Amino acid sequence: MAIVYRRSKGLTDVETHYCPGCTHGIIHRLVAETLEELGVLGKTIGVAPVGCSVFAYDYFNCDMQEAAHGRAPAVATGIKRVLPDKVVFTYQGDGDLAAIGTGEITHAAMRGENITTIFVNNAIYGMTGGQMAPTTLVGQRATTAPLGRDKSHAGSPIRIAEMLATLDGAAYIERVTVTSPANVMKAKRAIKKAFELQLEGRGFTMIEVLSTCPTNWGLTPVKALEWLNENMIPVFPLGVYKDITKKEA
Amino acid sequence: MATGNVTFRQDWCKGCGLCVAVCPKKIIFLDESITNRKGYHPATVKDMDQCIGCANCARMCPDSIITVERV
Amino acid sequence: MAKELWKGNEAIAEAAIRAGCRCYFGYPITPQSEIPEYMSLHMPKVGGVFLQSESEIAAINMVYGASGAGARVMTSSSSPGVSLKQEGISYMCGAELPGVIVNVMRGGPGLGTIQPAQGDYFQATRGGGNGDYRLIVFAPANIQEVVDLMQEAFELADQYRMPVMMLLDGMIGQMMEPIEWKKPPVSPDDLPEKPWATTGTKEGRAPNIINSLFIDPEACNVHNKRLEEKYRRVIESEQRYETNDTDGAEVIFVAYGTPARLARAAAGLLEKEGIKAGVFRPVTVWPYPYEALHEVSLQDSVKAIVTVEMSTGQMVDDVRIGVNGVKPVSFIGQAGGVIPTPREVANAALKALGR
Repeated sequence: MAIVYRRSKGLTDVETHYCPGCTHGIIHRLVAETLEELGVLGKTIGVAPVGCSVFAYDYFNCDMQEAAHGRAPAVATGIKRVLPDKVVFTYQGDGDLAAIGTGEITHAAMRGENITTIFVNNAIYGMTGGQMAPTTLVGQRATTAPLGRDKSHAGSPIRIAEMLATLDGAAYIERVTVTSPANVMKAKRAIKKAFELQLEGRGFTMIEVLSTCPTNWGLTPVKALEWLNENMIPVFPLGVYKDITKKEA
Repeated sequence: MATGNVTFRQDWCKGCGLCVAVCPKKIIFLDESITNRKGYHPATVKDMDQCIGCANCARMCPDSIITVERV
Repeated sequence: MAKELWKGNEAIAEAAIRAGCRCYFGYPITPQSEIPEYMSLHMPKVGGVFLQSESEIAAINMVYGASGAGARVMTSSSSPGVSLKQEGISYMCGAELPGVIVNVMRGGPGLGTIQPAQGDYFQATRGGGNGDYRLIVFAPANIQEVVDLMQEAFELADQYRMPVMMLLDGMIGQMMEPIEWKKPPVSPDDLPEKPWATTGTKEGRAPNIINSLFIDPEACNVHNKRLEEKYRRVIESEQRYETNDTDGAEVIFVAYGTPARLARAAAGLLEKEGIKAGVFRPVTVWPYPYEALHEVSLQDSVKAIVTVEMSTGQMVDDVRIGVNGVKPVSFIGQAGGVIPTPREVANAALKALGR
């Protein structure tokens, strides 16, 4: 019997606090596997946000820094500028990146900061109990949009991948999801490419991962996967939005 | 037929059921005869001989508690 | 030692580089923009990092990251910009990160003016961010003192693992004065190791974590008590002040920064009018030299204490704490960039003495 799949060494031996079925756990694992497979765990510094993944510094088996809400890209810039040969990533949610942190992520991408951002988009504020996020869908209920997000009142969802893809400093931007084993494998491939481009010094890379929030969506974990496929993907189309390697291929 | 074997770190399982949903052989179920220390019915497999070692379950597990082996 | 004519802001930047700082993040704001400008040219020359950020908030968080990665790092701004940095400063204190923050103060509140002032005293000494934290705050009165204190600021920041602020008014940043470089430059290679920094585990040690989150109340309380103990040690050994002609004086001026120079001039005017006046000048406004001020005030000769500030009165609260009621304390100040004249300051003393 040969082991074909086991828990990654990129994860610490710590139980996560995430709700049952929350796909943050899958995304953590994909990042951890990538760092392990690229053999860079020993020279990686990750930056955790404020949000459900605030405790990410306890879960990734590498040096970590905990950033103020929205500021992870700036913290990561500070780290990468003084340690240019290290691998630096931020792991951020949609409240952290697409709301309070839009300035920092935009300018990190503008500068072509040689870091990798894992942007987990679950269309809601999870940690604080289900408030509307900039990525909440029109009509989707949240504790601060009890009758559903009203476009005339709070606008429509923000599409970060498309937005940042317009910046020359962005080397690779792809939106993926983890709602099925096949999607998980595609997401893994995207995350690995992003880190590989960082290792080649090609500039800013970001993978936006559509993720579930069973608790605040009020759905079972499996139903949440279906809800995401049927409702989020049409609003946030999957695909590669920037790939500077394509011209060369 | 490749025969696989899966093990679950049952005390860490949160009973979310994602593995149950993606197993192509439909052999994973939440064992209601056990309640782990977290208060969940952990995932398990009875008909292990049916397992093909595809690792779908492990890929979908948010808590990385599944180890998959294959002959 | 040759004297050189330097503009305050540029001397500050050069002093930081000479102190072994090899990492600076900043954002333009009058009256301190010469600091990032100078750094943009000279930091690369010494193989250091200069980066202009998209905001003062981003800059202080870049400082957080670089400091957490072990670098000797600095940022600078002016009043409204420093307001934007308060959360980041609170995080640095919580995560016990060293760093130097320069505030070249201008008139406030709000947009205020670009002229020099001292309206950020409370923010600097009481902490403008959330939670129980302190930072060492130096208050230089001239360009020579700024450059002399810069190396110490970085050393104390590393020693106590906390931010250190250089608090000066726009006058000092903008004017030019002859100065000497008294200390030899520090090479970053000679700086102490930082085993706690996030430089990568090399898979040879457990991960280092830079963090200010302690979600469990007991753990958070213990952490606060640890910080409190650190601040107690700083209060005990890092108080700095200067006295001029305070022995046997009838009136004591208490002032920091540019107003301390005005007070010296006012004391000279009073001297000619047969009144002995002295100046007590805190060099650290946190930790504040309360005991030293109290001792000076206890002298029988002292009839009045006059606080001079370029604000509507903030340090005067600390003067009252130090004097503790043994002698009458009064205040004279102008805000918004208006600078009191020596004559006005002298008259305030005469009034305080009932003359």
